[in-house]
Amino acid sequence: MSNPNHGPDAYLREEMLPEMPPPARETGMVKWLHENLFSGPVNAGLTVLGLLIVWFLFDHFYPWFAHSVWNASSLPECRKIIAETWGEGAGGACFAVIRERWNQYIYGFYPPGLYWRPTLVFGLLFVALAPILFSISRNIRRIVLMTAAIATLLSLVALNTPSIWLGVAVAIFAVALLVAERHQMWLLGFSAFYPLLGVWLIWGGSFWWIIMILAGMGFGWLAFIIAGRLSPLLAGSSAIVVTLLVWVFLSGDAAKDAENLYSLAITRVDSEAIGGFLLAITIGVAGITMSLPLGIVLALARRSDMFLVSSLAVIFIEFIRGVPLITLLFVAQLLLNYFLPPGTSFDIVLRVIIMVTLFAAAYMAEVIRGGLAALPAGQYEAADALGLDYWKAQRLIVLPQALKISIPGIVSTFIGMFKDTTLVAFVGLYEPLKNISDAVRANIEWKGIYWEPFIFVGAIFFIICFSMSRYSMYLERRLQRDNR
Amino acid sequence: MSQTPMRDVDPDQMTVSDEIAIEIIRMNKWFGSFHVLRDIDLAVHRGERIVIAGPSGSGKSTLIRCINRLEEHQNGRIVVDGIELTSDIKNIDKVRSEVGMVFQHFNLFPHLTVLENCTLAPIWVRRTPRRQAEDVAMHFLEKVRIPEQAGKYPGQLSGGQQQRVAIARSLCMQPRIMLFDEPTSALDPEMIKEVLDTMIELAEDGMTMLCVTHEMGFAQAVANRVIFMDQGQIVEQNNPHDFFNNPRSERTRLFLSQILGH
Repeated sequence: MSNPNHGPDAYLREEMLPEMPPPARETGMVKWLHENLFSGPVNAGLTVLGLLIVWFLFDHFYPWFAHSVWNASSLPECRKIIAETWGEGAGGACFAVIRERWNQYIYGFYPPGLYWRPTLVFGLLFVALAPILFSISRNIRRIVLMTAAIATLLSLVALNTPSIWLGVAVAIFAVALLVAERHQMWLLGFSAFYPLLGVWLIWGGSFWWIIMILAGMGFGWLAFIIAGRLSPLLAGSSAIVVTLLVWVFLSGDAAKDAENLYSLAITRVDSEAIGGFLLAITIGVAGITMSLPLGIVLALARRSDMFLVSSLAVIFIEFIRGVPLITLLFVAQLLLNYFLPPGTSFDIVLRVIIMVTLFAAAYMAEVIRGGLAALPAGQYEAADALGLDYWKAQRLIVLPQALKISIPGIVSTFIGMFKDTTLVAFVGLYEPLKNISDAVRANIEWKGIYWEPFIFVGAIFFIICFSMSRYSMYLERRLQRDNR
Repeated sequence: MSQTPMRDVDPDQMTVSDEIAIEIIRMNKWFGSFHVLRDIDLAVHRGERIVIAGPSGSGKSTLIRCINRLEEHQNGRIVVDGIELTSDIKNIDKVRSEVGMVFQHFNLFPHLTVLENCTLAPIWVRRTPRRQAEDVAMHFLEKVRIPEQAGKYPGQLSGGQQQRVAIARSLCMQPRIMLFDEPTSALDPEMIKEVLDTMIELAEDGMTMLCVTHEMGFAQAVANRVIFMDQGQIVEQNNPHDFFNNPRSERTRLFLSQILGH
């Protein structure tokens, strides 16, 4: 009876065995080292080789960083300081260029007296994003808003912001912090208004333009309500038509007249002055926020049963994906004006944003289509069987799950798109990596400096992209719905 | 008979009325060139409990999926609650909100809690206020005996619990007809009982039910009619007593001997 599983004797367990801890070798540091680094002669060799490579790289680059100079007014001065301190022939980084020219890397040729405007826009970005990105956790939302508020206000003070605007900033952050505690969905109102506010603060001009754009939307909404009484189909189309009519025929003149009556203008800044990370982030944020909805629509269209809709989506996606981004940017720079009515001049940054958005949307559509395809057919059937119509089924059942599956792909596309904003160098915009660095090097003091600007720009890109990547991992964890 | 134990059935409550709930007339369906349903004629009265049996590939699932138009029939007519199923989207949605369906693989929405699964359609299709929808949902979750799981996600429940939630989800739309597509086929034997018991309770409440199932014990105890299908056709139908004790067709006899033989 001692060995119950061998032999034909009947056996009955009298009591169930208790749970016991695993043997010591199976836990802790020893096990980890054994399993991950030294599980066999080949792996032990690879571990040692890897350590040697890491040491070689460190040994090679560390002195260069350790000898870096932060206080100098030109590259030759840097070299002199390094030679004096560390001896002739010693290598060293000259980060003084960042100290001297950081403002160009951040703001391009934006008027220095107005640096506070894009800074405020950047700070408010977090308020606009908080109810969207951090809606699940009140704690994280609080931390993000607090950090953004403190960092933005300190920067604004340092940048000599006019006191009215400092007050506005304080007020917005204070209200946002309060509202975010209890009624975070109210913040979505600010998120909706944020793009207009951001465009106005960055490019300047009359606030009447913003008011007139909103008024156009208001008329559209009125039309939606009135026409909605007659037929729901009419409501949507008449809202769009009325809005466009107001914008085209009324807004312009009305804004000019109102501006003459009572001026609400701030200094205009041309697109050519916008550069550095201000440009990269503007294009990136605009492209990201617009390419996601467009990508969703394209993905749904591509899977549509309607032949015309799906073939248009396929043609669009395949065409955009089949062409290098630079081609599209050249089209934006040169060709787009031929297709527009004569006399209309279209801002170059806006044109570039449109092209980058279309480009990212095509990739986004394919990523989301993957998520849609991964959803079991049973989900569609259950939604149908409950009587949900197509749009409700998509919005409530299909997209929440498909988008969740696609998060890694979506964020990859975002990251790729954000890095691709450096390609606007080819249409003459002052993005930070090439054109700003060229502009800095064009000056005799910093002629020949290459590594340090690249490292600085690369580090900022890395911080932003890595944040996006970490955010996507956080989101995936938070949306985990089962323990399978 | 099938070995799954069930609770006793009280037949008094289960009355069949003269009113016709579903009428299918000379209905045909093809998948591509494969003729999957051939000349189906079937009238279901209100209050009937019909079990549809047959070998796999005989078209029994396809038949009940035609009734709420998850599958489209190519000719013939299907009239549900007086509404004919055509390509008219409005009619389809109307039928679907009157006809509940329970699937083999439950098809719960994994991103929503049990309660949200149950209130989704009442809120978005019937426009029931949220509070009221939640009350109704809790009522039916109590009926299927899992009110304590309302806040959990489907992935945290066992298969039997998930299927009972799926039944509750359908009931929340207060349907007049329930379709069951092999509701116990994906379950462990220990969990089949709890689902069958729930279905018996529904039958006792007078629900019109069409069940595709291999649970012959359930058919015998609950059904008032058993339909045997093979190769896309209705081969035989009868009351359960006669169906099991003296099947008339050779094909039925072979099928019954195979599933009841051991």
